[in-house]
Amino acid sequence: MAKELLKGNVAFAEAAVRNGLQAYFGYPITPQSEALEHLSGRMLELDRVFLQAESEVAAINMVYGAACSGVRVMTSTSGPGFSLMTEGLSYIAGSEIPAVVINMMRGGPGLGNIQPSQADYFLMVKTAGHGDFHPIVLAPSSVQEIIDMVGLAFELAEKYRTLVYIAGDGAIGQMMESAELPPMQEVRQERPAWATTGAQGREPNLINSLYLGAKALEEVNLRLQKKLAEIKAHEIRWQEYETEDADLLLVAYGTVGRICTSVMREARKQGLKVGLLRPQTLWPFPEERIHELAGQVRGMLVTEMSAGQMLEDVERSAAGKCPVKFYGRMGGVVPMVDEILAEVQKLDEEVSR
Amino acid sequence: MTVAVKIPEDMELIYEYPEAMTTTYTHYCPGCPHGIVHRLVAEVIDELGIREKCIGVAPVGCSVMIYKYLNVDFVEAAHGRAPAMATGLKRTNPDKIVFTYQGDGDIAAIGIAEALHAANRGELISTVFINNAIYGMTGGQMAPTTLPGMVTTSTPFGRDVRLAGYPVPMSELLAQVEGAVYVTRQMATDLVSIRKTKKAIKRAFMVQLAGLGYSSVEVLSSCSTNWNMGPWEALEWVKEKMIPYFPLGTFKMTDEVKALKVK
Repeated sequence: MAKELLKGNVAFAEAAVRNGLQAYFGYPITPQSEALEHLSGRMLELDRVFLQAESEVAAINMVYGAACSGVRVMTSTSGPGFSLMTEGLSYIAGSEIPAVVINMMRGGPGLGNIQPSQADYFLMVKTAGHGDFHPIVLAPSSVQEIIDMVGLAFELAEKYRTLVYIAGDGAIGQMMESAELPPMQEVRQERPAWATTGAQGREPNLINSLYLGAKALEEVNLRLQKKLAEIKAHEIRWQEYETEDADLLLVAYGTVGRICTSVMREARKQGLKVGLLRPQTLWPFPEERIHELAGQVRGMLVTEMSAGQMLEDVERSAAGKCPVKFYGRMGGVVPMVDEILAEVQKLDEEVSR
Repeated sequence: MTVAVKIPEDMELIYEYPEAMTTTYTHYCPGCPHGIVHRLVAEVIDELGIREKCIGVAPVGCSVMIYKYLNVDFVEAAHGRAPAMATGLKRTNPDKIVFTYQGDGDIAAIGIAEALHAANRGELISTVFINNAIYGMTGGQMAPTTLPGMVTTSTPFGRDVRLAGYPVPMSELLAQVEGAVYVTRQMATDLVSIRKTKKAIKRAFMVQLAGLGYSSVEVLSSCSTNWNMGPWEALEWVKEKMIPYFPLGTFKMTDEVKALKVK
């Protein structure tokens, strides 16, 4: 496949189609509506399921129903829509069925605005719905990476029978850049044995998250936690840049992670030994590696388009082994290279004292 | 707990569990019509020979555990979301029969949007809707279908329509939308009405089999536990008090639906 100039929202939607997406349910919301628009034509052309739901509440429950059929299913939304989906997400998690949800984050709280943001980190990583569960959360930093992560998201969702979120933002959704789409994959025809597709020649299947007995529900939770531990052991992903000799470390994900590669280069030009760690999974989080690096560097700077949400995970991982500073912009403001660079210089001075 | 059925050799078997029903004891209160309506659904499934094609969507409410009693594939929806879940199931299994079984709180309060939109899209699903004018499972609070003046655990002075509005005429609302092709209100209080209800449920499933559109059967039902009445008194109360607000009848039946021969 050749590289093309692609808009992020269209790119991830088309990547899903090529990864064998069988059903999409969604509700328009800026800044990701182009994904829904793209799929509204593509899915029907290919004789697959597309439906514009009456709300995000309905959309996620349609996803839940389709996921029960064992098909590759996805929805995409942005902050306010994601908030509405948390009910269904908890049920999907409790039922242990695979589904992919893409949140192209925008400024909040409330109606906020439609500019890029990373303020849904807590919502996606920590409180994705009621009850004890964790989805896998992937964090792309470019159009190419969101394309690649869509394929990975389906793979992981089906491997572990779990929810996978992609934590994008308005910038990745709206920007156009050169990227390569995967080849068209065939749609899987067979359905998994656990799916509710009619009890033909077998005992009925039940997909459920209701367990009235406390012990029975605790057992379900223990099984779920065991699975999450398994995911934690195998699926932590991150990228490191120039960490070998680094004595200052930038930690950032998504769009800000990408901006920080420029910050790092500029800082190095000034003779500062700056490295960058960019988490590609927000859950599970690269805590051990950050802990290790906390023993190597003089200080860390976490940068986010939020008031400091991933910051808490970095602080937890560093566990006091080095100072952890924070720089954040909110409300849809994207931090610029020189702003972050100034913070790096400040950090350098502080830890040199 | 399941029922052990042993027929003495000198007796003829004239009545038995439908294949679509399990032999598990239900958890319903004495006098509750849920078990009757479950059985009607099971009989209809057997008669239409669709047991292996059926996917049921259970609600939140007293019938939350209907999946224990019907011998078909089942999913358990969040409160009110059964029509959305059924939509996801049906769209990805167009050759299967998908039905929701919902209570009045589920369909007419928290899930009214999902129900009306599924109906409006003409989703090829069937809904059995039990209206007993109260929230049973949570302990007798006001339902969207609670009658004016009716005392519940959340309307201790009776439902005051100035504060809490009026009983929601769900079937009348569903009948308004183009995609709904069969919408009827029946009751399950005596043999005659139970037979009529069964026929309506059968027609609703046949509507889906024929791919005609959305179909819904509301069944007026009693809740002697939360109405604080004996079972017989409660059944009488359905006829005397509920019917004036919820008249029986068919609110929508297109010509195609009318043409279906329901035996």
